[in-house]
Amino acid sequence: MTNVKLTTPALRAHKLPETGRDMGTKAGRAIMMGVTLLGPALLAGCIKLEAPSEPIVIELNINITQEVIYRLAEDAGNTLDENADIF
Amino acid sequence: MIKSAKNRIWLASGVAALIGLGLVTAPALAQRDPAYAAARAAGQVGEKMDGYLGVVGSGNAQLRAMVDDINIRRRAVYAEQAQAKGATLEEYAFTAGCLAIARTEPGEMYVAYSTGEWTERTASSPDRDPRCP
Repeated sequence: MTNVKLTTPALRAHKLPETGRDMGTKAGRAIMMGVTLLGPALLAGCIKLEAPSEPIVIELNINITQEVIYRLAEDAGNTLDENADIF
Repeated sequence: MIKSAKNRIWLASGVAALIGLGLVTAPALAQRDPAYAAARAAGQVGEKMDGYLGVVGSGNAQLRAMVDDINIRRRAVYAEQAQAKGATLEEYAFTAGCLAIARTEPGEMYVAYSTGEWTERTASSPDRDPRCP
């Protein structure tokens, strides 16, 4: 179904009252300019992306169980004793 | 210096007695290289949680070379023992690291479990991984 406009839209009979934010006034233009310039600056303050200063360390020891450590402890202790020059 | 001969006799008999008691085993007599011992005492090198020695801070080329050399030798020992015990190199090295940290002396450096940072060993027990024996 198509809408057919029977009449052309009429223009307002009078202008809206002045608001002060009107682009036409000097003050209004200054405010709009300020907003335009401030916008990106404010956004930049919101989201900051920075590379981490510390290297990312992946913990590889998480899969070692306490059970295994306890099983190896005695032997490891002897290893430390027998290789005292490097421990 | 006059007493030195007498002292030597006492020392020799003392060591002999200890060997007789089984308190001193022959391989344990191989001691740390003086440079290594000095670096440990000065806190320039320390024990890491993975079972290897680390240079504390940026260090210098000489320290890094010494640490690399010791770690290569440690790794060879770990690999051999791990195979004998049916464990992985990492498992064995980690276990040895637990013990090496436990054996640090006050003033020496080690990597603390809770912070992951180089920490000076104090008189109290070190901050180790909870899985450590």
